Amino acid sequence: MTHFRTDLRQRAVELVSLYPRARSAMLPLLHLAQEQDGYVTDDAMAEIAELTGTTPAEVRGTAAFYDMFHLEPVGKYVVGVCTNIACLLAGGEDLLAHASATLGCSVGGTSADGLFTLEETECLADCNIAPVVQVNHRYVRTTTPELFDALVDDLRHGRLDHDVPPHGTLIRIRRSGGLRVDPEELAGERAEARAAREARAATEAK
Amino acid sequence: MAFLDSPKIVSSRAKFADSHTLARYLETGGYEGLRKALTMFPEQVAAEVDAASLLGRGGAGFPAGRKWSMLRKSPVSYLVVNGDESEPATFKDHYLVERDPHQLVEGVIIAAYALQVTQAFIYLRGEFALGLERVQQAINEAYEHGALGRKIFGSSFSLDLVVHPGAGAYICGEETALIEALEGKRGFPRIKPPFFPAVTGLYGEPTVVNNVETMSNMPWIVLNGGAAFAALGGGRSAGTRLFALSGRVRNPGVFEIEMVKNTFRDLIYDPQLGGGVIDDRAIKAIIPGGVSAPWFGPELLDLPLGQDEVAEKGSMLGSGSIVVMDETTCVVRATWRIIKFFSRESCGQCTPCREGSGWLERIMYRLEHGGGRIEDVDLLLDLCDNIAPGLTWPPQQTTICVLGPSMPSSINAAISMFRDDFYAHVQHGGCPHD
Amino acid sequence: MTDQTRTTVSITLNGRAVEAQPGELLIEAAEHAGVYIPRFCYHPRMEPVGVCRMCLVEVDGPRGATLQPACYIRVNDGMSVNTESDKVKKAQDGVLEFLLANHPLDCPVCDKGGECPLQDQSLAHGSGETRFVEEKRHFVKPIEIGELVLLDRERCIQCSRCTRFAAEVAGDAQIDFAGRGDLIEVAPSPTVPFDSIFSGNTVQICPVGALTAKAYRFTARPWDLEQVESTCTACAVGCRIAVQSSGNRLTRVLGVDSDPVNRGWLCDKGRFTLDAVDGNPELTDPLDPRSRITEPLVRRDGELVTTSWSEALRAAATILRDAAANPGGVGAIGGAALTNEGAFAWERFVRGVLASEHLDAQYGDGLDATLIQALPKATIDEAANAATVVTLTGDLREELPVLFLRLRPRIVSGKTNLIEFAAGPSALRRHARVALPVRPGDVDQVAEALANGTAPHALGLDEFELTTAHNLLGDTGSGVVFVVGRANLAEQSTVVEAAIRRLAARYPDATFLPALRRGNVMGALDMGLAPRLRPGRGFDASASGRDALAQLDAMIAGDQRALLLLGGCLLGNVADAKHATAALERASVVAVTGHGGATLAYADVVLPATVQHERSGTVTNLEGRVSAVTAKVGAPGSAWSDVTIVAELAEEFGQRLGLDSIELTAKAIEETTGYPALSVLNDATSDGVVVGRAAHYERRALDPMAFPGLRSTDTVGLASHGGDTVTLDATGRGSSVAATLADVTAAPVAVPPTDAYALRVFAGRRLYDRGIAVRGSTALDNLVATTTVALNHFDLDRLGAVPGDVVTVRTERGAVALPVALDDQVARGVASVAVGTRAADGTDVLASLFDRDAVITQIRLETR
Ligand SMILES: Cc1cc2nc3c(=O)[nH]c(=O)nc-3n(C[C@H](O)[C@H](O)[C@H](O)COP(=O)(O)O)c2cc1C
Ligand code: SF4
Ligand code: FES
Repeated sequence: MTHFRTDLRQRAVELVSLYPRARSAMLPLLHLAQEQDGYVTDDAMAEIAELTGTTPAEVRGTAAFYDMFHLEPVGKYVVGVCTNIACLLAGGEDLLAHASATLGCSVGGTSADGLFTLEETECLADCNIAPVVQVNHRYVRTTTPELFDALVDDLRHGRLDHDVPPHGTLIRIRRSGGLRVDPEELAGERAEARAAREARAATEAK
Repeated sequence: MAFLDSPKIVSSRAKFADSHTLARYLETGGYEGLRKALTMFPEQVAAEVDAASLLGRGGAGFPAGRKWSMLRKSPVSYLVVNGDESEPATFKDHYLVERDPHQLVEGVIIAAYALQVTQAFIYLRGEFALGLERVQQAINEAYEHGALGRKIFGSSFSLDLVVHPGAGAYICGEETALIEALEGKRGFPRIKPPFFPAVTGLYGEPTVVNNVETMSNMPWIVLNGGAAFAALGGGRSAGTRLFALSGRVRNPGVFEIEMVKNTFRDLIYDPQLGGGVIDDRAIKAIIPGGVSAPWFGPELLDLPLGQDEVAEKGSMLGSGSIVVMDETTCVVRATWRIIKFFSRESCGQCTPCREGSGWLERIMYRLEHGGGRIEDVDLLLDLCDNIAPGLTWPPQQTTICVLGPSMPSSINAAISMFRDDFYAHVQHGGCPHD
Repeated sequence: MTDQTRTTVSITLNGRAVEAQPGELLIEAAEHAGVYIPRFCYHPRMEPVGVCRMCLVEVDGPRGATLQPACYIRVNDGMSVNTESDKVKKAQDGVLEFLLANHPLDCPVCDKGGECPLQDQSLAHGSGETRFVEEKRHFVKPIEIGELVLLDRERCIQCSRCTRFAAEVAGDAQIDFAGRGDLIEVAPSPTVPFDSIFSGNTVQICPVGALTAKAYRFTARPWDLEQVESTCTACAVGCRIAVQSSGNRLTRVLGVDSDPVNRGWLCDKGRFTLDAVDGNPELTDPLDPRSRITEPLVRRDGELVTTSWSEALRAAATILRDAAANPGGVGAIGGAALTNEGAFAWERFVRGVLASEHLDAQYGDGLDATLIQALPKATIDEAANAATVVTLTGDLREELPVLFLRLRPRIVSGKTNLIEFAAGPSALRRHARVALPVRPGDVDQVAEALANGTAPHALGLDEFELTTAHNLLGDTGSGVVFVVGRANLAEQSTVVEAAIRRLAARYPDATFLPALRRGNVMGALDMGLAPRLRPGRGFDASASGRDALAQLDAMIAGDQRALLLLGGCLLGNVADAKHATAALERASVVAVTGHGGATLAYADVVLPATVQHERSGTVTNLEGRVSAVTAKVGAPGSAWSDVTIVAELAEEFGQRLGLDSIELTAKAIEETTGYPALSVLNDATSDGVVVGRAAHYERRALDPMAFPGLRSTDTVGLASHGGDTVTLDATGRGSSVAATLADVTAAPVAVPPTDAYALRVFAGRRLYDRGIAVRGSTALDNLVATTTVALNHFDLDRLGAVPGDVVTVRTERGAVALPVALDDQVARGVASVAVGTRAADGTDVLASLFDRDAVITQIRLETR
């Protein structure tokens, strides 16, 4: 019995196979856990420890370092409003305050209906449309209180379901296939190629 | 007047709505650079990059060719692309990964060929969900197209490329922290020495780390030659560069312009670029190269956008992001927000950075929100001095990485330029702008 | 031009030319030159990380003088360093001020108050005034992160000593940093608490009061503590310890940084079983192992009743004298918990007064004493640095924890090749170069295969692995250390003895480290507490006597009428308790012991003896190192030391042995056998000497930043004692000579055919078992695991069970019900059952399965 659903377990194993060492798959696996459950559960951490050859404490320690991983349940939509320098200069703080009022929850909190979790973020690298808002790590180009309220309305009514998947789903494009290059296999090939190039260089030099 | 005649090297496809697709890419000369590179010796490709004098675009401005050649002696094991872009007000790599992912992928393959590595990673900031999907799509297509995998375009060169999502931590942009994150750990920067991942990098093996924009220049350099690139710009600052302009300007955005030939004023005021300050107000200060950089006053607006030119005036071009603050801006609030950022993003290893950032943030908060004391201003400077002794530029360090010593820049700049604003906050019992 | 003979480099330290070792850390080079650089995260027994930044000093470089962490930078020739400049002072003061900014400064209520590196350095370097007026960081007060350890996160200074210890030294990161920046905190996982058997070390090296031991919390203030240096006897590694008490109450044990032995580390059994020493004063039932025996007892009308020493001695003498009147009528079992002086005195008594050759310090759960004595020995250091280590043991982490810590680093880094004889689980398995799967009963055949490099198919060995292992041993075994113990208690010892003997004969240049587990078992054997052995590692080939199991047989047969039990609990130590019970029922028993136990149900006289921390003397660890144990507290009631008991008992026989005190006994050992004793006893704060080896060592000066809590350099951490070489003097041994392999009788044993559906039992040991030490300690008793029968997944599938299912475990002797567990480290065809774990219904599982006459134990499992 694994905590990951069968299809996700399959993807987890594929992810591990993309790296020379299993532990490297830690962050992708934590994202995967979040895709399944919306946050990183204790059971998921135990399974990731097993997949990456680490201890559950190390998985927790690593997960807790990164802002995107939530170790407690969050809303279906995690709304992030940037207040860093460019957004500050464009009214980010006011937009955050407005968001808090609209959603009826404090920064870091979750709305009463469990749909929204509000966060104050650091710079989201989209400063030309400041203040920047992200929902589940999708840029939603929402810079004014009015646009924000419209966004919340759209989200509530499922009008953005295509653009904004539930929290945790990060990359919807799957990698097609695993690694194709086996470094061991390559050694001979490389030596040949080098010899060929050198031979060519010698003739060119003449 | 801004000088805008230079070629668009990395942003040439900006005019197309489908710039991220393989079809458009192939139509506009895509993968030609790679095909050409594969006909050359790896050393020749590296030599072209060396000849281009391409300075790394990640912030430190280290010449890419030199970085690669440091490794000639021992073969490189891995190539890692730094797409963590989290420096506040920097958004050029974000632009590149979303708008031209194939250009990045092609650049990486060319660099991998020059370095003769067989596995490369693109570490992308986790918040770039769309960018992650586009780069993954581009990688899938590149495999399909024969540009990745076994025997690329029928040559004897083979490469695997993996995109690795970050998860929200600014420090992972620091190259050794990035490697730790890629190894599945907390993003704690590694202690130096060894000074370069080139010596001990991913899994302890020689590794080249380069920025997304640095990589995106490769196809053009190979197609047009290093000399053509070096002919652009001036002095050590060759080529064009993406500048991310934000803050109190009419037309914020990412602009590719030639280095040195343009000034800060050109970038901010040219109608085709920044278009001037909102409401035509006066500029109070600019941040010339990311929030780690000391600020400039309006008197330096005519300084050319060149690495050495900015360094000579005691700051840096860094990540190429320029933030404009005008006369409506409260510099105390701006400084507080920058310090709050550093305090949130300190990885927490080093005492001066971990504890210093929190302490500075709390003092700045009091000054801005009420409760500030006159002596706080000098206390701030003294604490900064304990983090970056002497408050010089470039900073001296009491810490493992330069995040710690970066935070005094804005406090020191704001206090030296606008000390009276701080005192006004004390007298007013909070922010007079509120 | 390089000077070939020059082995040091020269650096300039504060303007003064100083010699240093090449590659040495600057912080240590400076210290050797008398310049102390403040520090927090640095710990001499772990890799430097340079995170606290307290040790910043100015180092000249190409870009002028820069601040560098002295704990991380290594010296090189010509380096110029300033540790005193204004810039250095300002940086260091700055770091200290930052550290204190968020620190609660609750020293008066903190366990660490008075022995705290942070407090000390604040007094030494701090300005005393705080410029921090902000609200401090707040966390919920102490949280239990494990059964034994509490964490107060507000006090933590993020030095990462504890997390590094867990990952780097113990190899099991059950705690790690969580969070980022100034919210970073030490944390276990939500699902697995910090119950590492090494957890106490993190408390010891924490440089503030963030990690505290539940057992010690609020029991004492440092300035009330008195301390002696001693040797831990919880297992045979013999870690050097500091024992502290407040008045006559034991409060704390700390690890001493002994270079050849434990390097400051201890396991939690050694550290946290002090309450077992005192016993629970409320318990007076002598059959309860948690009770202390404080007064002599005799059996009257079927009951053990308190009596006077004179009456008890008279009763004991009567029993022993009557039994000794018949040839072979009396014998002694036990003694591994004694000091060498106690063991020597009892040996003199049994052989000299009772004229019996039937004596044995082991309980049939160890290895043949003659074999042990005959093997060429390795020290712990030699094993830790060997090119190749071969283990014929159980899980060393469970059996001899600190030996595991010592062997681990080079094995993990690949510098030492590990070959494991693998029947059951082992914490080193994943680092082993080769793990040879061994079914119980097959160990000698596998040894033969290893020696030949080929194996019969039936053994199921991988050819490549076998060849690899064979090649690693070379022709003569040079550079190879065999660590040999008794891995499996459900298999007769002769099986593994034959294997060891074979390997010793085949590899003449290899050396052996005996991995016997019990506290002073090596000392007891060296003092002659085994048939044919003589004090001072002597051997008498002409003698013959019964070992422990043979004595039990003789008791059952009625040949041996009386048994002298030297400490311990016979029933808890023999594998086949049914066999032992039958023997005890038929003989008179005189028990000399400090603790109660089920065995006393059969005792006719019980003589109360002192136990560890109540007596002084010497002990010998598994590498043959003789070191001192020191009394810290007085014994409860009227318990006597063994030496005194022997002297008085001999009086009853009208004999004077001349061993009236510890000192006289130690002197007698040294003078009559040449075995180190009195010289070591007189030098209680040294790391002792290894028998037969030159003793040249230099102990580092105590570093209170690395080992906070150790009281002072007067009693701990002395400088060099080097130079005293003790070698065995053959003339001192009278007629005896040393045992050789030729004296070892062990021969290949035939293993009865196994039936295809049966599994062979591997019964390994666990650190936390149902022995006296653990049961007497409330905290550890909670950590005793439940008994399971563990199989690898092939056998589990074959059985059709999933982990957690309860199955019937059946042998010829009977059946018990146990839950199954999955463990792929268990070899195929093997069922692993840990001895001393807790069965749900309280049965002694091993006794219900294991028959002392069987070569191996086979079981059948049935799902229900
Ligand atoms: C705190 C910190 C954050 C950084 N963030 C980034 C980043 O987001 N992206 C980046 O390319 N380089 C970043 N760097 C610089 C990298 O360490 C490294 O110099 C760069 O990736 C090298 O690439 P380049 O030579 O192509 O510029 C950062 C450095 C520091 C100290
Ligand atoms: S300076 Fe700050 S961010 Fe950099 S390693 Fe030290 S604590 Fe981490
Ligand atoms: S940085 Fe050197 S002791 Fe902590």
